Amino acid sequence: MSVSGDDSIIRVGRVDFGGVVKEINLAYTPEAQRGDYVLVHVGFALAVIDEVEAQRTLAYLREIAALDVAHADTAP
Amino acid sequence: MKHAEEYRDGRLARALAARIARAAAPAARYHFMEFCGGHTHAIARYGIEDLLPGNVRLIHGPGCPVCVLPVGRIDAAIRLAERAEVTLCSYGDLMRVPGSRGTSLLRAKAAGADIRMVYSTLDALRIAEAEPKREVVFFAIGFETTTPPTALAIRLAADKKLKNFTVFCNHVLTPSAIQNILESPDLRELGCVRIDGFIGPAHVSTVIGAEPYAFFAKEFEKAVVIAGFEPLDVMQSILMLINQVNEGRHEVENQYGRAVRRQGNERAKADVAEIFELRKSFEWRGLGVVPYSGLRLKSSYAAFDTERRFGIESVSTSDNVACECGAILRGAKRPTDCKLFGTVCTPETPMGSCMVSAEGACAAHWAYGRFRDRAREVS
Amino acid sequence: MIPKTYRRKLDIRNGRVELSHGAGGRAMTHLIADIFYEALDNPWLRRGNDQAAFDVAGGRMVMTTDAYVVSPLFFPGGDIGALAVHGTINDVAMAGAQPLYLSASFILEEGLALADLKRIADSMGAAARTAGVPIITGDTKVVERGKADGVFISTTGIGVVPVGLDLSADKARPGDRVILSGTIGDHGVAVMSRRQNLSFETEILSDTAALHDLVAGMVEAGCRSLRVMRDPTRGGLAATLNELAQQSGIGFRVSEEAVPVKREVAAACELLGLDPLYVANEGKLVAVVAPDAAEAVLAAMRAHPLGREAAIIGEAAADEHRFVQMTTAFGGGRVVDWLSGEQLPRIC
Repeated sequence: MSVSGDDSIIRVGRVDFGGVVKEINLAYTPEAQRGDYVLVHVGFALAVIDEVEAQRTLAYLREIAALDVAHADTAP
Repeated sequence: MKHAEEYRDGRLARALAARIARAAAPAARYHFMEFCGGHTHAIARYGIEDLLPGNVRLIHGPGCPVCVLPVGRIDAAIRLAERAEVTLCSYGDLMRVPGSRGTSLLRAKAAGADIRMVYSTLDALRIAEAEPKREVVFFAIGFETTTPPTALAIRLAADKKLKNFTVFCNHVLTPSAIQNILESPDLRELGCVRIDGFIGPAHVSTVIGAEPYAFFAKEFEKAVVIAGFEPLDVMQSILMLINQVNEGRHEVENQYGRAVRRQGNERAKADVAEIFELRKSFEWRGLGVVPYSGLRLKSSYAAFDTERRFGIESVSTSDNVACECGAILRGAKRPTDCKLFGTVCTPETPMGSCMVSAEGACAAHWAYGRFRDRAREVS
Repeated sequence: MIPKTYRRKLDIRNGRVELSHGAGGRAMTHLIADIFYEALDNPWLRRGNDQAAFDVAGGRMVMTTDAYVVSPLFFPGGDIGALAVHGTINDVAMAGAQPLYLSASFILEEGLALADLKRIADSMGAAARTAGVPIITGDTKVVERGKADGVFISTTGIGVVPVGLDLSADKARPGDRVILSGTIGDHGVAVMSRRQNLSFETEILSDTAALHDLVAGMVEAGCRSLRVMRDPTRGGLAATLNELAQQSGIGFRVSEEAVPVKREVAAACELLGLDPLYVANEGKLVAVVAPDAAEAVLAAMRAHPLGREAAIIGEAAADEHRFVQMTTAFGGGRVVDWLSGEQLPRIC
């Protein structure tokens, strides 16, 4: 949501967890920018979520669901 | 919440379940081990095993750092906390872990020891800064995911030249755990445990990347799929593992591409390498002594090392004779195989670590899965 | 010249509770007058007796008592005073009874700011007036610094049960429907958001509320088809369902998708490693209703402001093991067990 602090190891972001906002240390995700989604563990962001990869995974899952419907239709 | 709810969709789950059922060869039996506390919890909490065919079995490995922490280290922490000048800071999970003779951090706190639960290492650091007269000890545990946060706290403490902050380091390494299991007699000689593949840990892999698993895949000929910790991630990974086994492949695949990069988190790895070094050996509850599996602070950071400051002596203490945590952690036994499960050992009166932590196999089974035991008994 | 009687008013802005305020002397009388009588004002208190007298209608009465030790004293959506009034009214209401009167006893810690005490007393007065249930008698004690967490409040409530109604935890039968009056987890999360070391910004408010009016509508709609009602406070919905299962000798089959949880509460729980099923509520109830009246009771609840999000979340089933089983939104099954120990956030 917002990032403050220049010093890289105390760079802190206000992260929105679905309506709850907490301050999270961003030292290990220096590339994180406002609007990015991050994976958080014990108060630290460890990875920035790669949107492209995420879409790829979701697309695969949805494809399976669609194919499953088709399969069910044609099943004996 | 975005990037969470989509991976919990029940409709997609059913579709994946159907695909898995079709992929699993009827005559074959598949055994996949996960060793990530997040996975143990997700599998139990979402009831994923109900959606898998009968010939696909999930084994819970030593993915819960609370569970593998030896009793002697808990006892040492309690002794430290009982010193008048010490403020012991700990993650919540550790508070109820049983030490020897029915002790625990929570009980010690009730008896007056200054023990404080923290959510992050930085909270402990803040306490040290705010209360310079207290000797603040941070009880550090965890696999590679929690190690960078500890490293950062130590770096900050060094920058601020704090004199009253030390870390009691019990960080352990995932690849060592895997190796230990793959080389154990249960697996190699006795054939008690059969593992066809691994569901790679979610958070740990964001730090260490995909590379460290390549060794196991190749050397031990096991399929590996790194999985996200949402239930659909786990199911997709199981499907990928089944496909690998069917096709005779043993590779490292990354289902969690949205958070895990091949090289992991370089900055985090660098910080850890700067501050920590390998111990020659470290005792794991249930697994015994495992070489090159634990970390300690380098001598250049001795000023922040609890063990050096307080001269900790770890005594090797064994668990209750009937406690099967060791076998359960190795995947050789299930919670219901343990005589103590549900009788002497319950979440209120845990005898061993598998029952204490919410991610332990026994706690997860107790909390979520016991109704299946009854169903099996009846049928 | 005879000087007029002069009494200095309590310094509420800067004053603190002192041991003399509990000693039974003039200081105590002044504290009670300036803070409690002022805030709770009603005919009984004005008479200034150690006890309160009232007429009794014939019939069956209920009595309940509870102590309130919440920390912090003030949290988003409420405070210890509001809890003390609502909580005890609710325990009376869970029997289907109409609450009549409350008593309140205070254990004050030496050093408690009078401004805080006034805020609490005012809150109790407002809650009592809104609910129409006066606090007609009380007691005050003061203990040394460190022996109480600011203030502990104990309230006792009495009420009268409608003729023929006998709700009890051992009356649930297989096939009965389970109805929940609204979202779970709000109160516990609101309180946690104010605790040290777990602070976060959030808009979540405690759901503390008096439920007797909602209950009155349910009793009218359901009559003898109502088996039991209970408010899921400490230990959350999970504890309540397990208690009822144990006492009735049955099991429950509940659907996760049917249980309402606010988005922010779910997010906060996830962040803290908590399960909303185990988080305390202070303005919700669970009702077990025979199938024939379930829809009517649900409709009556939804017509009331405190029951707009009421939902049938499952039903009772024959089960010698008395398990509370839940079908997850994901499709699998799980048991909802009792809470073990204190709910500690899952970290790793």
